[in-house]
Amino acid sequence: MNILVCIKQVPDTKIIKVNPKTNTLDRSSAPAILNPYDAHAVEEAVRLKKIHGGKVVVLSMGPPQAKEAIKKCVEIGADEGYLISDRRFAGADTLATSYALYKAIQKLMDEDGIDLVLCGKHAIDGDTGQVGPGIARRMEIPPLTNVIKVEEVDPAEKMIKVRRKIENGYEIIQSTLPCLLTVEKEINEVAYSPLPNMLRAARYNPIVWTVDDLKDVDMKQLGLKGSPTIVGKMWPPAKSDGAQMLDDEGDVKKQAEKIVSLVLEKRELFEAKGGER
Amino acid sequence: MSEKFDVIVVGAGPAGTSCAYTCAKNGLNVLLIERGEFPGAKNVMGGILYRKQMEEIIPEFWKEAPLERPVIEQRFWFLDKESMVTTSYKGLEWGKEPYNNFTVLRAKFDKWFAQKAVEQGATLINETVVTECIVEDGKVIGVRTDRPDGDVYADVVVLADGVNSLLAKKLGFHKEWKPDQVALTVMEVLKLPKKTINERFNVGENQGVSIEIFGDATKGALGTAFLYTNQDSLNIGVGTTLSGMIKKKMKPHKLLNELKEHPMVKPYIEGGETVEYLAHLIPEGGYKAIPKLVGDGVIVTGDAAQFVNAIHREGSNMAMSSGKIAAETIVRAKEVNDFSERTLDVYRTTIYDSFIGKDLKKYKDAAHTFEEHPQYFEQYVPLMNQAMNTFFTVDGTAKWDKQKKIMKSLTAGRGKLGVAKDLYRAWKAVK
Repeated sequence: MNILVCIKQVPDTKIIKVNPKTNTLDRSSAPAILNPYDAHAVEEAVRLKKIHGGKVVVLSMGPPQAKEAIKKCVEIGADEGYLISDRRFAGADTLATSYALYKAIQKLMDEDGIDLVLCGKHAIDGDTGQVGPGIARRMEIPPLTNVIKVEEVDPAEKMIKVRRKIENGYEIIQSTLPCLLTVEKEINEVAYSPLPNMLRAARYNPIVWTVDDLKDVDMKQLGLKGSPTIVGKMWPPAKSDGAQMLDDEGDVKKQAEKIVSLVLEKRELFEAKGGER
Repeated sequence: MSEKFDVIVVGAGPAGTSCAYTCAKNGLNVLLIERGEFPGAKNVMGGILYRKQMEEIIPEFWKEAPLERPVIEQRFWFLDKESMVTTSYKGLEWGKEPYNNFTVLRAKFDKWFAQKAVEQGATLINETVVTECIVEDGKVIGVRTDRPDGDVYADVVVLADGVNSLLAKKLGFHKEWKPDQVALTVMEVLKLPKKTINERFNVGENQGVSIEIFGDATKGALGTAFLYTNQDSLNIGVGTTLSGMIKKKMKPHKLLNELKEHPMVKPYIEGGETVEYLAHLIPEGGYKAIPKLVGDGVIVTGDAAQFVNAIHREGSNMAMSSGKIAAETIVRAKEVNDFSERTLDVYRTTIYDSFIGKDLKKYKDAAHTFEEHPQYFEQYVPLMNQAMNTFFTVDGTAKWDKQKKIMKSLTAGRGKLGVAKDLYRAWKAVK
């Protein structure tokens, strides 16, 4: 079973600073790491490979230093890693990113079939969660998002059954293969990599492709040009004033009345349009 | 199946990386193992990098290494409660090639240096702890790491695992260091605008200052404090021997806070935002504490070998030289394919013949002397301050009378004979 994992190198948002003037992330203030969700995706791919055989291939788009994130995947147990890196990809939103990755996936598929695509739930620097489903749409395969467990895989029957996290619990759904999963952290524990993997990763040099290495690329769909998303304004979320406790000596009716009057008092909050308050 | 390398180096600090770099450059297959997230992540020093020993490994490294500022002025402060006696040397020639030394931030510098070793062909793995040497028939043949399938083999293992060197200890090369053989240094990196630093320290762009502070900074205990200028931050720290700290019941963080609040220090660091807080043990046992350096298939380098000259606050340079000497020894051993203690012993004799052995020997009694006789730090620094105060306060007293008064106060505490003894003892300790 050949498994492709799409990964991203991100700034460690646990320690990143926000530029107080522009409200953009100061990427120099935090080290670049493998997106944590993607680490779980690679771990799951390696786990499935151990059961079903085949290989785990990692793909990423990013600047040359994103090779480090790919090497991290090799530590976890990935067999191969590809990076598409080119100035012409720069400035891509999720639409252009999924297009570029899809073009690379097509090239990979020229050599070998892909039975399953894994992605992290989202990248911690953008939190959109759109690239995974975007790739699935372009590949015309089903996207199964927020997966917390792979229940069953049958490569021969081309079937997979997974557990998805939903708002008030989980659901178990079945899909045909190939399909694309985006995974939550609950799906597994990323194991402490064995020493032979560490040695292999230390020497591994990911394969880098530029736009020119990909076939039939519509340049208009790449990078900034191919990105319809416009960031209008950015602002830090307002600090909340904290909760107001309504006890009224435990009188439920009084409490309810108070809540209603408060809601009515602040009704403009509920009517305001996004980003306009 | 476990791999075998020519050399495994444990620890990617100045000693380990110098060794790995030199081995790889000479065509050996080297594995460099670092426990931190990356080389430099866990490494601590005051912040002075010496040009000479680094240059012997990478010529003209200053053209590409991530350095902070070349030091063009060295200041020495003898600090009392509300005064200080200072002396300094400032030389603009130190600001030009080939420079004298530099301030560095270890997290940046060590990472760069290790990358240079990788470029020479060394294999570097991070986040991996070596738990012990694998010994067979009394010969070290590899290391065991904390990772699954974690054994890996080599002809020679170089221990550059720092001050505590649990690996050398496990081999029985040394015992647990005694409290007077290690110093505890705590330091902070304080962020300040470049312009503010230039103004406060009276230097131009890309000119650095190092200040070594004696006396009140350590409350009279054996030790020093320091204040160094980076590009847009300062390194400030204080260290004393563990025994001194225990004797005086001092807490290291409190000592650092008091230093930062000292009226002579505060104006220099005011407004600095603490971006890093670091603490580390420094091996200061000197010549007499040097452990067994060589065994069958194993060599000990750097802090692990107690190669620190506390009097001159030199350590990283000794670490680098020892790493290089270890590498050269291994390259020769490889030629004859003999990694026994007898062959590797060239390392030990070379070390003792080098500036490392000679300098440590010169000061072999210094730390002990100053530790046993606290008057040097406790009494003479305040006395110096009082003497200067007496001499330079204009109060109508004749200078000659002042001199007499100063001499009297100098000898009042310890008597003429006592002072003479102290001077002789100090001279003997450092001659």
